[in-house]
Amino acid sequence: MQNEYLLITIGAVLVNNFVLSKILGICPLLGVSKKLDAAIGMSGAVIFVLTLATFVTASIYNLILAPNSHFAKLTGVNLDYLQTLVFILVIAGLVQVVEIILQKIAPPLYNALGIYLPLITTNCAVLGAVVINAKEARGILNSTIYGFCSAVGFALALILFSSIREKLELAKTPKAFQGTSIALITAGILAMAFMGFSGLVK
Amino acid sequence: MITYSIIIVAGTGLILGVLIALAAKFFSIEQDPKISELSAILPGVNCGACGFAGCADFAKALLEERASPDMCPVSSPSIRFLVAKALDAAHIEPAKRIAVVFCGGNNHHAKTSAQYNGVSDCRSANLIAGGGKVCDYGCLGLGSCARACPFGAIEIIAGLAVIHPELCTACKKCIKTCPRTLIKLVPASVHVHVFCSSPDKPADKRKCCDVSCIACKKCVNAAGENQMTIAGFLVRINYENPPADDLVEKAACPTKCLSNTYPSSYTRAKITTAEEEEKTA
Repeated sequence: MQNEYLLITIGAVLVNNFVLSKILGICPLLGVSKKLDAAIGMSGAVIFVLTLATFVTASIYNLILAPNSHFAKLTGVNLDYLQTLVFILVIAGLVQVVEIILQKIAPPLYNALGIYLPLITTNCAVLGAVVINAKEARGILNSTIYGFCSAVGFALALILFSSIREKLELAKTPKAFQGTSIALITAGILAMAFMGFSGLVK
Repeated sequence: MITYSIIIVAGTGLILGVLIALAAKFFSIEQDPKISELSAILPGVNCGACGFAGCADFAKALLEERASPDMCPVSSPSIRFLVAKALDAAHIEPAKRIAVVFCGGNNHHAKTSAQYNGVSDCRSANLIAGGGKVCDYGCLGLGSCARACPFGAIEIIAGLAVIHPELCTACKKCIKTCPRTLIKLVPASVHVHVFCSSPDKPADKRKCCDVSCIACKKCVNAAGENQMTIAGFLVRINYENPPADDLVEKAACPTKCLSNTYPSSYTRAKITTAEEEEKTA
């Protein structure tokens, strides 16, 4: 049992890293990697939203939408095809609610997560994680762990990348490569480095 | 099947809508309306090129004076103008700064060792044995800065660049041009400066220029505490805590190096009315 969680963790963080291996969430990778502070805030928000989103969507999926769910057996209908629609709706709505509540009851946390919280509600990394969960037919607990771990993987990639980019600002880059182009090349090299983990977990 | 899917999706939407409405009602907090005003002016694409998390975050940073309007590379000059205007309305206005040439050695005061006949450009002259003047730190007076100034604020008077403060917009173009880094931005409210940039020994300075700073400290003693700083053989105004304008009279600088905005040995050439008309046209 613990072995399974370990496999999910290592698989999501290192082997099938969301950014560098699955190429999901590239927008924040390039957009908010100029400063390490911003990257850390973004990472925190992604971890928060993904854990929450995977938990809620996995609950809905396992209870209502899945072909073998209680609801499906009771009514005899297969609502599997609704998953993308319902997932986006639930994630967007839920994050709005959580944001409003956080702003009121936990201002420091709200400030730390900042604008990233609403920005990533419809991010492909978030939707990707919940859809992968549904496809793999994971249980609620496994889904939540997978969501949390893939967000940690995202955070790892983002923080690594932004640290490199901060150093790149000081480096002597040829004029044609300055800015986004050297960032894209760096992202590619980083992704190649993460290829070293492939095959570790199936 | 269609009924069920409609019920499920509509029901989810309804529940979430009610949840958001309730949360907004019971957990609402007041937000600074200026932030939304500013974000409405900004490009609103949340590209993150400014280094902040989005236009709203940038607007917040602007209001907290952690950012300046020119940090948004996406916005056009007109947007920047609107942002600056909106910030003025919020009483955030950075103190006006002007550029000053820290040298007083014109053709009458600074001695020449050679006649420079090369290209009439300070950067070229600086490459060829440092131009004609003996002082290695003085203004070359060939007008590279005057040509770089998009506002025509720099005039070469008797071989010395002089900046007209009314015309200076602190765009820093001249600062980048000057090969001897003599031009610096100072607060426009300060009218007294030490017009010398030579770190040489006083005896050497006197040999090559009549209006150099010889570090006699008369002005340092005449000014209040911490209003002047002295580094090596060069006195500087502390622009964080500047002395009053009458320091020039009180200090009685023996070389007239300490002086009001322009070297006192010549009055500033007045901007002719023709030039003013041209400017307004």
